[in-house]
Amino acid sequence: MKKIIALMLVLCMAFAMVACGGEKFDPSAKSEGVMTYAQYDAAALDAEVTIEGYVQATQSWYKDAIKIYLQDPDGGYFVYDVACTEADAAKLEKGTKIQVKGVKSAWEGEVEVVDGTFTFVESEKWVAEATDVTSLLANETELIKHQNKFVSFKGLTIDSVEYKNGEPGDDIYVNVSKDGATYSFCVEVYLTGPDTDVYKAFADLKAGDVVDMEGFLYWYKGVNTHITAVSKAG
Amino acid sequence: MKKLRFLAVLLLVSLLAPSITACHGSRGLEQFVIPESFDDSKEYVITFWAKNDTNQTQVDIYKKAISDFEALYPNVKVKFQPYTDYGRIYNDVITNIATGTTPNVCITYPDHIATYLTGKNTVVSLDGLLTDEKFGLGGSEVRFDSPKADEIIPKFLEEGVIDGTHYAIPFMRSTEACYVNKTYVEKLGFTLPEKLTWDFMWEVAEAATVKDEDGNYVVNGQKVLIPIIYKSTDNMMIQYLAQSEAGYSTAEGEILLFNDTVKGLLEKVAVHASSGAFSTFKKDGYPANYLNAGQCIFAIDSTAGATWMGSNAPLVDISEEAIVDFETAVMEIPQVDTENPKMISQGPSVCVFNKRDSGEVLASWLFAQFLLTNEVQIAYSQTEGYAPVTSKAQNSAEYKDYLSREGEDNLMYYDIKLKATKLLLENTENTFVTPVFNGSASLRNAAGQLIEEVNKGVRRGKVVDDAYIETLYKDVSSLYRLDGMGLGDEITKPELGPLPGTAVALLSSICGAWAIIGVYVVVSYTKKRQK
Repeated sequence: MKKIIALMLVLCMAFAMVACGGEKFDPSAKSEGVMTYAQYDAAALDAEVTIEGYVQATQSWYKDAIKIYLQDPDGGYFVYDVACTEADAAKLEKGTKIQVKGVKSAWEGEVEVVDGTFTFVESEKWVAEATDVTSLLANETELIKHQNKFVSFKGLTIDSVEYKNGEPGDDIYVNVSKDGATYSFCVEVYLTGPDTDVYKAFADLKAGDVVDMEGFLYWYKGVNTHITAVSKAG
Repeated sequence: MKKLRFLAVLLLVSLLAPSITACHGSRGLEQFVIPESFDDSKEYVITFWAKNDTNQTQVDIYKKAISDFEALYPNVKVKFQPYTDYGRIYNDVITNIATGTTPNVCITYPDHIATYLTGKNTVVSLDGLLTDEKFGLGGSEVRFDSPKADEIIPKFLEEGVIDGTHYAIPFMRSTEACYVNKTYVEKLGFTLPEKLTWDFMWEVAEAATVKDEDGNYVVNGQKVLIPIIYKSTDNMMIQYLAQSEAGYSTAEGEILLFNDTVKGLLEKVAVHASSGAFSTFKKDGYPANYLNAGQCIFAIDSTAGATWMGSNAPLVDISEEAIVDFETAVMEIPQVDTENPKMISQGPSVCVFNKRDSGEVLASWLFAQFLLTNEVQIAYSQTEGYAPVTSKAQNSAEYKDYLSREGEDNLMYYDIKLKATKLLLENTENTFVTPVFNGSASLRNAAGQLIEEVNKGVRRGKVVDDAYIETLYKDVSSLYRLDGMGLGDEITKPELGPLPGTAVALLSSICGAWAIIGVYVVVSYTKKRQK
């Protein structure tokens, strides 16, 4: 009898293992010792953190460091100037999973991971869908919960488009309004440079145009979305 | 027969010599020689890389200067590349030195030029140009009203001297100021002294950290308050050391930074960072944003940032609702000895890069010189708390009128900006610069990094004691390659990868030829001996 039970147990475990092997890809899965987004969100500023997420975009590599827009299905992270070789920077393709060890910090309201290092994590790629946060624009308490995520806005009116240096080449400061309130967004040149579609698109946009936008919900003394796509609202 | 052999060897050697020389790659540029005349028949396109303080008016002034210059020299076209960060210019120049594509004229710091000079004849020596009868300052063939050499403030002109040679002319000068929320200082029961000391500032800042039972700071009623925010921790360290007459570096480049005075300052920083009385731009953000929101009492930043400071600042980065009404005092930075004040002299300088065509260099120099005309000097200085670098501009009726109109409006005559400018003009003799050498830019960064690391460290639970500081000294010294001061290789050499096949073949043939010569010499010698 014991033998039969043992045999059945072994068979059950074997089937369970086979089932595990065929398990569906879970983008929320974390390696051991890695914080969930909720744990990261709850961590105090200046605390050491270990996070994992999928690269959604990077700013240009500069002086052995890079800025990464990272996300998992539960939230967004901004990894500021993480140590990175030029060769590794080239491997940070959209959807690539990485693990970052660093310190949680805040600069002018932007919560980010600083003084960090990262490693690649073997995984399927995962790319975030844009979350529509238009209805939260006027509610900063709710909006900030989506900080650093890839988001979209519908039906914003352009108030002004201003090149940082007065001409194309550097950041573009974009003021938009919705329901009577004005917000400062930005085309960050190190994320989307003058050769990108979004950068070029602003040459044809003017005050009064109504647009839809996508971008990363960056913060600078308030919401300051880094715009990655813009189109005239249909 | 012997003669024939000798001639054959000579021919072989003469053929090989140039190929060996060629293998050494770029030999640098020939030293620039001032042409006899300016060639009006030739078209010159020169590039100008300039830094602005994210200030469109400054960009417009550069553009107007270019257009006015091109009108005077129609065969010269100036291509303008604006930057908002000295560090970016520095890195781009270094990259372009390696590829031989430097700009012609560049706004920069002398510290950076010292690194550029590691390339042979990369930067033009201005010694001859400054005094050249025809094309020098106020020269006979200069087509604009240029200042004469003795009309540049001597102290500022001297700052462009590296190893006894002028490599830069000053463009604008600024220093640091402490922008104080006087309203809060008095609310805390203190009276601002005529001259600020470090001890007074620390004392007020600590008093400001008191919170009420709801966790709000008593002095501002807000959840956020950083009483002291220092923008440039490099400057903080450098000025504190100068005021304390402690070591930083020698003129020759010997590093004296890691000393007990530095340790003393770092210990103070640790105490006040720990209590929340002190922080930095790198850690928390722009001093102006916190000052204007009533969340900072002592904001220390450049006089060239004055237009961002105060309740009525013409340039702001925070929402109108966040701005608090208070009285701003513009003071000299805190001092160790108020009887002997010392403050940094900073601000953009201009250097000219060497090119193969001396006419192009001359055109570049003329444009650089044009930036010293009253029109450019006065217009640019009015954009921020800058001082013109020429006595010609400073003593002009136009500039004196400008200074006399402090507070007439909150734009051109914004009182905080004019007070900051006057602070510099009144203290020109109290300003100083640090020695410039190849590596001085790294040393400057290291000086600031020490403060940044302590500021971050205490917030992350580190105990700043002797052991911590000893380790910090070692880490920072290593990070900035200050140990042994082997800084000659600051210019990053590009990754060249494996040698191409043609180069391998050429080098092999050269080696082969030398081997044949060697064998020939040995055989000849042996035969001679046998005879």
